Amino acid sequence: MSQYKLIHCTINGKEVEKMVDVRASLTDMLRDDYHLTSVKKGCEVGECGACNVLIDGEAFNSCIYLAVWAEGKHIETLEGLLSPEGELSDIQRSFVEETAIQCGFCIPGFIMTAVEILNTGKLYTDDQLRRLLSGHLCRCTGYENIFRAVKKTMYRRHGKPIDF
Amino acid sequence: MNKVGRSEIRVDAFDKATGRTKYYEDRMPAGALYIRIKHAEIAHGFVRRVDTAAAVAIPGVVKVLTCFDVPEIDFPTAGHPWSMDPGHQDVADRRLLNRHVRYWGDDVAVVIAENEVAANQGVRALKVEYEELPFVIDAQKAMEPGAPQLHERFPNNILKHTDIRKGDYQAAIQEPGLICVDKWYDTPTVQHCHIENFGCYAYEENGRIVVVSSTQIPHIIRRAVGQALGRPWADIEIIKPYIGGGFGNKQDVLYEPLCAWCTTQVGGRCVRLDCAREETFVSNRVRHAIRFHIITWLRRDGTIVARKVDCFSNQGAYASHGHSIVAKAMGSFPQHYPCDNMECDAYTVYTNRPAAGAMRGYGMPQASFADESNIEDCARAIGMDSYEFRKKNVMPRGFHDAFTGNTNYYDTYRECMAKGAAYIDFERKKKEFANDTGDIRRGIGLATFWYNTAVYPISLETSSNRMLLNLDGTVTFQCGETEIGQGADTAYAQMVAEAVGLASYRDVRVKSCQDTDITPTGLGAYASRQTYVAGFSIRQTADILREKILKYANEVTRQAVGCMDIVDGNIIRKEDGIILMSLKELAMTAQYNPVHSEHITAESTYTIRNNAFSFGCTFAEVEVDIPMCKVTLKNIVNVHDCGRLINPALAAAQVHGGMSMGIGYGLSEQLIFDEKTGKPLNGNLLDYKLSTILDHPHLEAEFIENPEPTSPFGTKALGEPPVCSCAPAIRNAILNATGVAIDHNPINPHVLFAEFSKAGLIQDDWREEEK
Repeated sequence: MSQYKLIHCTINGKEVEKMVDVRASLTDMLRDDYHLTSVKKGCEVGECGACNVLIDGEAFNSCIYLAVWAEGKHIETLEGLLSPEGELSDIQRSFVEETAIQCGFCIPGFIMTAVEILNTGKLYTDDQLRRLLSGHLCRCTGYENIFRAVKKTMYRRHGKPIDF
Repeated sequence: MNKVGRSEIRVDAFDKATGRTKYYEDRMPAGALYIRIKHAEIAHGFVRRVDTAAAVAIPGVVKVLTCFDVPEIDFPTAGHPWSMDPGHQDVADRRLLNRHVRYWGDDVAVVIAENEVAANQGVRALKVEYEELPFVIDAQKAMEPGAPQLHERFPNNILKHTDIRKGDYQAAIQEPGLICVDKWYDTPTVQHCHIENFGCYAYEENGRIVVVSSTQIPHIIRRAVGQALGRPWADIEIIKPYIGGGFGNKQDVLYEPLCAWCTTQVGGRCVRLDCAREETFVSNRVRHAIRFHIITWLRRDGTIVARKVDCFSNQGAYASHGHSIVAKAMGSFPQHYPCDNMECDAYTVYTNRPAAGAMRGYGMPQASFADESNIEDCARAIGMDSYEFRKKNVMPRGFHDAFTGNTNYYDTYRECMAKGAAYIDFERKKKEFANDTGDIRRGIGLATFWYNTAVYPISLETSSNRMLLNLDGTVTFQCGETEIGQGADTAYAQMVAEAVGLASYRDVRVKSCQDTDITPTGLGAYASRQTYVAGFSIRQTADILREKILKYANEVTRQAVGCMDIVDGNIIRKEDGIILMSLKELAMTAQYNPVHSEHITAESTYTIRNNAFSFGCTFAEVEVDIPMCKVTLKNIVNVHDCGRLINPALAAAQVHGGMSMGIGYGLSEQLIFDEKTGKPLNGNLLDYKLSTILDHPHLEAEFIENPEPTSPFGTKALGEPPVCSCAPAIRNAILNATGVAIDHNPINPHVLFAEFSKAGLIQDDWREEEK
């Protein structure tokens, strides 16, 4: 088996192709080949969630997803959320406003999972929302304001007043 | 308008929300060589030989270096400021790589390779021959005669012993009718678990060594790298970019010296050393496991007559921060619940475990677990309500500590407890929960703590900074105190805006990245010092800058310096308040004046010779499922007095994070070691139970804002305090629910099963049936 393989995929809306090492993770490909450094490495074995990206709209830990599996997929990273004019998306704005960011290292992964949750269009209960966010570890925030940021955005999208 | 006291958005929030913020690995130069460490797979012994032949033969491997190649220099790793007094310098007890292996995971060799795969293969190909020795992982066993010895200079493995004597303990306990509560309390080894693992890279530039590191303490690292390599300190330049959390682990010299030495071994080429999560758990630093023996003598009216406290601190293999941690823990007892007769002894003991260093709270989470458990047990022993018992005995208003100069200026403890009790509805719930008798029982508990803000007078407290007036009237600000996630840069921006007289904290450009060649010297992020100590130097430098601005304004406006002020970015005349000119106009005029050009800047150092008590408490409410041995935390509140809040939203966020760490300490976190081999068993984020969002209820952060009189901004410690009192409050709530006092944390289902069985709350029917 050849050690390298040509991969075609869409990253943040742009079609790309690249020779990748068949042993490389999607994290490695996104960071090293495309300089998408929002994709963070906290454990590299799928425990912490820092490397989370969306693959065809579904959140995955990119550290345990091989780069070669990305063939034909649509991949979205945090870099893709910023509008072309540099405007933050609603979920990013909520993270900023709710003081949900401290060291910032787990934030890209958390926000991408939040995007997956919000894009379902469902209004989840607090318990459901906590369960959906539980694949991410954070040591700075106690998850308190992260939870608020996601919940606030969810309620805003439904045009509902929020009661924390 | 005030710039401090407002919940402003963090200065780094936008970049962090967009993933632009650059951490060390995001700045990695292309082509950096990979360093991988060969960690020992025995707990104690000597390396006899390292066979490197197979590793060297792997394509891509550039160099293999072993413990037989390193400079014969012992160096210290504690992130303490240098002391000019040799007696106060940190213990130097390790080398870059060690022939004498002192714990499972010690560093014995490195492979440097062109890529990660080759480096990992190289490490696996190394054949290390050991002479194995018996090992010891328990602190008290390590003190026994005949125990394995870790360091020749420290007989019985005792790194240090200190004591406190007050009054006459032996005479006091002769008083007839005293009640004695004599108990042991034990705390576990835990790890910081910042989400960014430690890492760094190093290269040579014009004959000097540059290290870019994920550290809290760049200026201290520079000195330590110089020491370890035997190079002049000024030969070393440390650059600290944004870091993904530290919590004290990165307040230690980790692998910066090894990385710096490796670059010198490959002709100055860039080398990178990235710790894996598993290495972070075992081969960085951990929190000291401290065991306490507390004997408290009480009168029936709740008066504490005498106390004896013995503390045994498990240092692990190397000194790191060493005795400072348990000394701080022990020192908390006589001040927290002052009594006239005390005998306290603290021992720091080497064992064959990972080296323990600084971790958020620096001995206080351990002390608080023991002290607040014992106080609860004392109240129960005399049938007194523990809240009343605390109110009677806790450090009173006016209490003064002569050593630090700290004074308890307010009745803070009682104010904090009252606020916490009101939030959680303490009195009503206590009565209601007392009726629970079934399988599921509810309980409520509390605990308090105090914390020193800075480290004066134990160590030097110094803070320097620089302010540059920019052409648009904004101010660029640089200081040695570091942003590690807590929001320090934002607090500085608010304080600078207030002290200089700018319109907004957004008019302050904080240079977050420290470079020891450029940044004014500061000590970094540790203790809970930064906002407090930076406050002194910010006020001082701002005064210098203001004086220069107004002096120049005098030339332009012909108004007397004393008649002018700087308010909201304008120079005004004080008497009538008219705006004479904006800071932007002044900056442009001063810079481009063909007769008298001046770039207006200021820089100063302030030596802080003050310290401040910070206070607080936790109330926790639990539901205990007795047959399932399961605790659910239903409600928790922390109340803090950290003086005036510079940024209330950031302060609350800081409290949430500390509470989360405290909850993990109380209920789930523990690094476990194999008794037979000394091997750590759960050094990964799957088996080490870090709290997830499902493990917390809402975290309530509340404050009592009693301004700290010694601080120019009325502020004091908040960074570490939130972690201190959570675990004992949870322990006391479980005691309140079940009547079972559990004297070691974490209180997980394994522990509860054993304790509930012992207490007869559950019967082991399954085993009975087996018979």
